[in-house]
Amino acid sequence: MRGIGAIVSALLLVSASAGEIPQQQRRSGYSFMAPDTKAMQDDDTSNPGMLWVLDGEALWNKPIGTANKACADCHGGAKASMKGVAARYPAFDKSLARPVDLEQRINLCRTAQQQAPALDYESHDLLALTAFIAHQSRGMPIAPASDPQLEPFLARGRALFMQRQGQLNLACANCHDDNWDKHLAGSAITQGQPTGYPMYRLEWQTLGSLSRRLRGCMTGIRAQAFSYGAPELVELELYLMSRAGGMPVETPAVRP
Amino acid sequence: MASALINVPKRAKRGDVIEIRALTSHIMETGYRRTAAGEVIPRDIITSFTCRYNGREIFRADMFPAIAANPYLSFFTTANESGTFAFEWIGDNGFSQTASAAITVE
Repeated sequence: MRGIGAIVSALLLVSASAGEIPQQQRRSGYSFMAPDTKAMQDDDTSNPGMLWVLDGEALWNKPIGTANKACADCHGGAKASMKGVAARYPAFDKSLARPVDLEQRINLCRTAQQQAPALDYESHDLLALTAFIAHQSRGMPIAPASDPQLEPFLARGRALFMQRQGQLNLACANCHDDNWDKHLAGSAITQGQPTGYPMYRLEWQTLGSLSRRLRGCMTGIRAQAFSYGAPELVELELYLMSRAGGMPVETPAVRP
Repeated sequence: MASALINVPKRAKRGDVIEIRALTSHIMETGYRRTAAGEVIPRDIITSFTCRYNGREIFRADMFPAIAANPYLSFFTTANESGTFAFEWIGDNGFSQTASAAITVE
């Protein structure tokens, strides 16, 4: 009898949702890391993400495409023109009538302005440009755009975050809102705050985007992951950024 | 692909023990992995790293497939004269990369 009682109370514990994380309890994935990994991120000469940032800077100044234009020809120095940009993405794109993330914005600029082929998701050049641009916002608070046009997309992203899915029947919220202070095997669960993308993940041994991370999590709960560039992924990113509003950008972050 | 990130103190007192850190970008493909079709992905790693202080070799490392991508090395030496540290990475498929950093010893 006592055994059954324990099981029932355990089930109650699991099903009782802790709800969204209060503002003052929000923590970057950084705070869950071991001192060695923190030190690796803190020092720009040991943070491998800086290799991509440096490449991105070279790409920023390199003329490409039929238009033979570099990013710098229109936007000038990224230090000034790209400061704070990553902190407010994904942003609404009028021509597509939906939000686009930073990677998609770069590709829109490439195809429309530079008249160059779009870069593949997770390709070295796209990650390098994204990392370089996002790096210009390092230390600035994430400031989601308060665009009324974004609201339906934000609501869909939030719904996706709360939606149970996959063979394990788990929602993002079941781990990252309800159980972020616990461990899954030896690893901290963390709150899933997207403060440092694109980031260098030691497990990946390379830099990767937020989309890649989300797809990895979806595979982990044995759900069919959304394809790169899918509107659902951007909606999730939009919700995650609004959920992390006010937290400082860390790009390029290092994570285990 | 960006070459390397080097951290050498710009100035040091004669006799100081200084830390040198070198990070370079490389995929370090082990040669043990296979594609979905079952074909072996050929090995592509850095095999050797050397650091010379004013031409004299002060540190050397041989690398093997178990080393992670983008290898990061940290080591110590004694600062005894002003000059340059020259770094060289050599690897499979003719990979070769160099970098250097200057130090002033007072």
